[in-house]
Amino acid sequence: MAFINKNHFWPGIILFLLIIPLITNSNYLLSILIIIGLYTIIVQGLGILMGYAGQISFGHAAFFGLGAYTVAILTTRFHSPTVLALLGAALLPGVIAALIGRPTLKLQELYLALATLGFGLLVHIGFTEGMELTGGPSGIAGIPYLSVGSFVFDSDIKFFYLVAGILILLSAGIKGLIESRVGRALRAIRESEHAAETAGIDTAALKLQAFIFSALLAGLAGGLYAYYITFISPSPFSFHASVQFVLMAVVGGLGTFVGPLLGAAMVVALGEFLRWAIPVVIPNAGGEYQIIFFGLILVVLMIFQPEGLGALGKRLKPATQKLPGEGYSTKIEAEKEGGL
Amino acid sequence: MDTPSQLLQLLFTGLTLGSIYALIGLALVTTFNITGILNLAQGEFVTIGALLAISLYATGLPLAAAFIIAVLLVAALGGVLERCAIQTARQASALTLIIITLGLSIFLRGLALLVWGTETYSLPAFSEGGPLFIGGAAITPQSFWIFGLTALTLAGLYAFFELTYWGKAVKAAVLNRTAARLMGINPNRLSLLAFLASGALGAAAGIFIAPVTMTTYDMGFMLGVKGFVAAVIGGLNNIGGAVLGGILLGILESFSAGLISSGLKDAFAIIILIGVLLVRPQGIIGSLKERKI
Repeated sequence: MAFINKNHFWPGIILFLLIIPLITNSNYLLSILIIIGLYTIIVQGLGILMGYAGQISFGHAAFFGLGAYTVAILTTRFHSPTVLALLGAALLPGVIAALIGRPTLKLQELYLALATLGFGLLVHIGFTEGMELTGGPSGIAGIPYLSVGSFVFDSDIKFFYLVAGILILLSAGIKGLIESRVGRALRAIRESEHAAETAGIDTAALKLQAFIFSALLAGLAGGLYAYYITFISPSPFSFHASVQFVLMAVVGGLGTFVGPLLGAAMVVALGEFLRWAIPVVIPNAGGEYQIIFFGLILVVLMIFQPEGLGALGKRLKPATQKLPGEGYSTKIEAEKEGGL
Repeated sequence: MDTPSQLLQLLFTGLTLGSIYALIGLALVTTFNITGILNLAQGEFVTIGALLAISLYATGLPLAAAFIIAVLLVAALGGVLERCAIQTARQASALTLIIITLGLSIFLRGLALLVWGTETYSLPAFSEGGPLFIGGAAITPQSFWIFGLTALTLAGLYAFFELTYWGKAVKAAVLNRTAARLMGINPNRLSLLAFLASGALGAAAGIFIAPVTMTTYDMGFMLGVKGFVAAVIGGLNNIGGAVLGGILLGILESFSAGLISSGLKDAFAIIILIGVLLVRPQGIIGSLKERKI
């Protein structure tokens, strides 16, 4: 990964992204890239929460789903304008995160993991059981395409550029955020909450803001997902999806800038590859056996490379490439836990 | 409608379920206190234990033999996972370790899917005979087996903690890990012991309920979550609390499913989990330890 040079990587990626639809007419490839883009939006937010603020969430599929259901319900039941519904898709998870965040984020690591896991399960049960509003297990069909004025995002190419544009804006914004005073304060919380507090950082407020921000992004991605697929059911928003988001954040590298895109791309690509490869290698096996490999990869990665693949390049060139705060430090937390 | 006997019926169902949650919660609390790890793969031990016993029984082994072999195998599985995945990442952060156990749980679920597929399996009841009627409520013999075996397991664990060297070592490590280490108690061995025990406890719980519930490759996740709820209700550092928490949860769940809505019974368990976490994270009987910096 040493080729990921900070100076050339992003312009290169942007250029590459923009010309892909011109060099391929494969809708399959485009749809994969769109899904990667949507997941990247979620993992950007989750990355801020996990990698910078040091908080874990096993419930982000709930925010993703709340965004998708907001769009689906507002457009099909209330015929609201699509842009307005998309705004609602981001706002509702944000408001819910603000409400549940303050009491929840007081919990320490493991308790927070359990509480967010519970929240995710609860929302998922809500999707499945809320018959009149959510359509129960069969979901909601007939979601219109997103339209701005008379321009309708009704093809993969249009949607691809929409997601790419949002990602570029978002990445620029996050880059600014990370390098600002807020970014430094968040990293201080990750390293030691008590030290950060002593230094005058309002840790509770910052953690809450990071949580709300990550929920807004997950909701936005959910809204876009609903407009892209035009049909939603509870299954893409299960605990398994929350785990995948954590996996993407971790695989890409927590606290690294390229991590979210790298993680989302690798997990989606791996999933697609396994779906194709497993039936070839094991004739009677269906693609669902990919979860074995997801589990194994997660375990092996956490044991040998807990900083994620995005940090590999930095490990190879520690002196020249290392920037303050990049790469996820686990040393202090290990000491705090008493080591054993 | 005969309400008193119906309520009694719900109570018995709740006690049966609660015994299982208590066993799973107990395994979680033991592991957590010895290693500081919240084992998200605990539910998979339950599934694999049950499925193994069903397969062994299907080969013609007597039920008791199938039970013992399955429990031993899953205990060994717990030990192997501890040596391979947990011990090698011993110095990692709590966040990393919880993600490792999550990865293990996904891996084990995938493995169960590969071996047993998506079919539903069942085990015959441990003994024959019709249900016993108490106050108009029917209790199946299997429920008595579950109560009895749970009580036996608890008694065995109590004897282990109170009478054996290793039991006392575990208690010492729970109280103060560093001091225990200074007294020559090897924490690595305790960690292995915890995973062996949680494998065995999980498998036993899975086999106990195999005759009364549908056993599928993916049932472990929700059972694991219920185990967490049980452990959290009791306070994560309290072994007796986990048992009490499990039984309370079983009863609450049975009544909410019977009187309100069965589709929402998992939701009630989770609401209890979140409620206890937010209002009383030390559990209903535990006391919160001063957090060290």
